[in-house]
Amino acid sequence: MLVPLLEMVSYGAIPLLIIAIPLYAHLRGVDVFASFIRGAEEGLKTAIRIIPHLVAMLVAIELLRLSGVLNLLIQILRPLLIWGGVPAEVLPLALIRPLSGSAAFGLTVDLINTHGPDSFVGRLASTMQGSTDTTFYILTVYFGSVGIKKVRHALLAGILGDIAGFLAAVYICQMVFGPT
Amino acid sequence: MINRIWLGFLSIGVVAALVTGQPEMVTRAVTEGSELAVHTAIGLVGTMAFWLGLMGIAEDAGLIITLAGIIRPFVRWLFPDVPLEHPAMGTILLNMGANLLGLGNAATPLGLKAMAQLQELNAHPDLASNSMCTLLAINTSSITLVPTMVIAVRAAAGSLNPAEILGTTIIATTCSTAAALIVDAYCRYCRGPVGGGKKC
Repeated sequence: MLVPLLEMVSYGAIPLLIIAIPLYAHLRGVDVFASFIRGAEEGLKTAIRIIPHLVAMLVAIELLRLSGVLNLLIQILRPLLIWGGVPAEVLPLALIRPLSGSAAFGLTVDLINTHGPDSFVGRLASTMQGSTDTTFYILTVYFGSVGIKKVRHALLAGILGDIAGFLAAVYICQMVFGPT
Repeated sequence: MINRIWLGFLSIGVVAALVTGQPEMVTRAVTEGSELAVHTAIGLVGTMAFWLGLMGIAEDAGLIITLAGIIRPFVRWLFPDVPLEHPAMGTILLNMGANLLGLGNAATPLGLKAMAQLQELNAHPDLASNSMCTLLAINTSSITLVPTMVIAVRAAAGSLNPAEILGTTIIATTCSTAAALIVDAYCRYCRGPVGGGKKC
């Protein structure tokens, strides 16, 4: 009951916003087309402004991935996870999730298809994918777009949030979907 | 901090590629990484322009200020530094709303807009303000109610109940957001308003 309702809200929100905002503005006497163009120009500038920041961060992350550093880290952490009762298959996803959104999404799709969507690994991967976001990407883009150079504690908060999300996903999935 | 981490990523990556005898991976990483960056940014251009265009209309109609006034009491404790009825509050609400509904396409432009508005209030333009760190904590830990993409992938893979992970996702994302906000609040309290000075 709740799920279809939430999905309906999710799918209905965009059409509603797109029709309601311009209509309301028009009734208030706003020149909607000119306002849209003004805002859109700002969006264009922002999207271009983040490119150097993204290049710097994504090249560094690709370097870690392709040089095998991430794989090495996975090998080191694997025994620890197995000891804790966590299926080792989800470890690459946990490590990639904060670094690269597209790579993490690819891994999730792969885990779901390999192990089946209704397997424990499939359910855990699904939960992990949805429960946090790409910390490094967001940090780079958000701060890069306004020229912030010193991020203070934002990175620490993001990374600890990712770890908490991973541990919570493992724990909750074990509780709800039974042990591995 | 980002300085050192970036330098660390680069040097560890290059050294590892050389040690394992695959220097060609460095070139590949440079090519693929920078390509991915431009693809991502160019992919954003259209949706950024559209959503910030829509925001432009909402702003001119006074909607953002109205929204800011309505939600201020609820999120005031999260962003105590944002002055009364500042438009940033309205944009932050829309960014959180888009995140909640799993509308990533709309969430990023709105988040960047909120960031620009917070920057106007920032006394140290290259130092992240407290409100910026809080906005980041909320966005990096992603407050999702409906993970639309994951449900779609599960349905395509033939799941008997694609949406069954909704409950576990909501609990896990609540934990990650709570953790990020607690760390944020703790650091804010320890380090004082400008940061860098006192250590926890």
